[in-house]
Amino acid sequence: MTLWAKLRPYGMVAPAILVFSLFFIYPIFYMIYLSMFDWNFVSPTKAFVGLQNFQDLLSEEDFRKVLTNTSIYTILTVTLTTGLALLLALWLNKRNIFHGFVQGAIFSPHIISLVSISLLWSWLMDPEYGLLNWVIGLVGFGKLQWLSHPSTALVSLVMVAVWKGVGYNALVFIAGLQSIPADIYEAASLDRSKPWTTFTKLILPMLSPTIFFLVIINMIGSFQVFETIAIMTQGGPINSTNTLVYYIYENGFRFFKIGYASAAGVILLIIVGILTIVYFKLLSNRVHYR
Amino acid sequence: MAKIELRNISKKFKDDTVIPNLNLTIKDGSFTVLVGPSGCGKSTTLRMVAGLEQQSDGDIWIDDKCVNDTPPGLRDVAMVFQNYALYPTMTVRGNIEFGLKNRGVAKTDRNTLVTDISEIVGLAPYLDKKPQQLSGGQRQRVALARAMVKQPKVFILDEPLSNLDAKLRGQMRTELIQLHKRLGTTFVYVTHDQVEAMSMGDQIVVMNKGVIQQADSPMKLYHDPENLFTAEFIGTPAMNTMSMKDVRGLDVQANGYIASLGFRPEQALLNAGPEVRGHVIEGEIVTRESLGAEQIYQIRTGGGVFFVKTFLAPLATADRVKVTIPYEHLYYFGPGGERLRAGIEAGAKQLVQAGGI
Repeated sequence: MTLWAKLRPYGMVAPAILVFSLFFIYPIFYMIYLSMFDWNFVSPTKAFVGLQNFQDLLSEEDFRKVLTNTSIYTILTVTLTTGLALLLALWLNKRNIFHGFVQGAIFSPHIISLVSISLLWSWLMDPEYGLLNWVIGLVGFGKLQWLSHPSTALVSLVMVAVWKGVGYNALVFIAGLQSIPADIYEAASLDRSKPWTTFTKLILPMLSPTIFFLVIINMIGSFQVFETIAIMTQGGPINSTNTLVYYIYENGFRFFKIGYASAAGVILLIIVGILTIVYFKLLSNRVHYR
Repeated sequence: MAKIELRNISKKFKDDTVIPNLNLTIKDGSFTVLVGPSGCGKSTTLRMVAGLEQQSDGDIWIDDKCVNDTPPGLRDVAMVFQNYALYPTMTVRGNIEFGLKNRGVAKTDRNTLVTDISEIVGLAPYLDKKPQQLSGGQRQRVALARAMVKQPKVFILDEPLSNLDAKLRGQMRTELIQLHKRLGTTFVYVTHDQVEAMSMGDQIVVMNKGVIQQADSPMKLYHDPENLFTAEFIGTPAMNTMSMKDVRGLDVQANGYIASLGFRPEQALLNAGPEVRGHVIEGEIVTRESLGAEQIYQIRTGGGVFFVKTFLAPLATADRVKVTIPYEHLYYFGPGGERLRAGIEAGAKQLVQAGGI
């Protein structure tokens, strides 16, 4: 084998490895390194504080609120997006013009930038002039405060996330449903299977890889929610929508507590890592792959 | 056990008429094979019996009950699909007992039934495996077991062997025949393979373009085809046919107009002596296929290319041969492909002396 033939595969993957190392691996390690320092981004010296940042974080009331907010947001977003998408997919899993149109319509939020979506929903949810309050007013309900009240703000953000994600999720579910051969349904009907039995005993298990994939993707995405919060609520009112990534951003780039923000980043990394591992270990046994 | 009757059945897909008007009685306890080229409507017919497809018009009777509006699960029909259609997320046991569970059969009874059936089809060691861990033949058995365990009145099999290799297919074929004998249930079987049809069926329904060409026993189909289509469809190699225009040296007296002539490759004789009374064609051997016990020759003659099959005879090595077809083995067909039987007298053309005193 010539030298070139030996080196060629390495040469081929080198650019990808380089980019990955530079923008993913290196920052992760640098973040872990920074989490053990007290630094304000501009001073030439960093003061080593060991695990003090972590100690401070975990004892802080705000940070615990942030973790709770993030968990509630994630659980609600993931279950609602995946559940609604599955229902939509079951309904849309036929080929006609109307279903094609609906499918396109619910998918379109996926390709709109989050900034536009955030602005759009801020208007819709405006307590005084918003369309949503006008509509519920027509039905006879009182006005909701939406983003302006601690009790409704987080749920309002969940609504936006579900609205954006459900079309994409439904599309993936439709693809999953269409990979189920028609004769499975026919065999089930000959076996006197009722629609509900067919759904729970055959369709759901066969969709399990799809569900698994979507839950993982949605969960990681929700844990890292940032844009909607930055634009719509800035973590407020009274910290009710402050989530982990927004908290990291505020500490790092507004209060310039880089070490502190890095420590929170490490905690986010650990949480997402643990969730992913647990999920894979726990559920991969129950997921059916063809 | 059940008799199945299809009365004036038609099936349209949008504007496309797949089956114009079909009448068929499938006898109780018979092994009926629907056979025909792909797209002839045989699978559609089968699926209408199972209730997976609704006929556009006509009635389907199973025993004394019109099942037009009966859903598939309540027709007492079990089906084996071409791709088996096993439930991939369930174990072999789960697949077999799914239908029983849906009928509310008690657990102890289910276990007995599943154990019995898996013994019969040889699946006992695999009950806790998933279908994708099984070979093609084993999956086939699971599909059979799933159908059998419901003890249906009618077994419907849609090309069940077409995904198996040749050897396994032969083995499963005999197993299916034995299974039919043992159960005595009505089997309706669809295939495009006439060899499969001939070897398994006791009634064979030959279909083409949604129309039944002939429904008969295998031997009747082979020896006494009702039309050109059946004659050419049944038998390997197929029956040789030629247009009457191309036939030389044959004198036929007939009541009707004969459009074409046919003979079976295995009834033609190579280089027979003059004692055999028959139609003689001279030709050139193009190819020889020697399969051991039998040889198949492709012979080019003035009237086209023919096949001749001989048994346990030495391989003919000459390039030019004389093919003799005994007169009684000639088949005659009318212009519409219909078989002409009555009043046909064949003989060698007499040379008429021209001129002279």
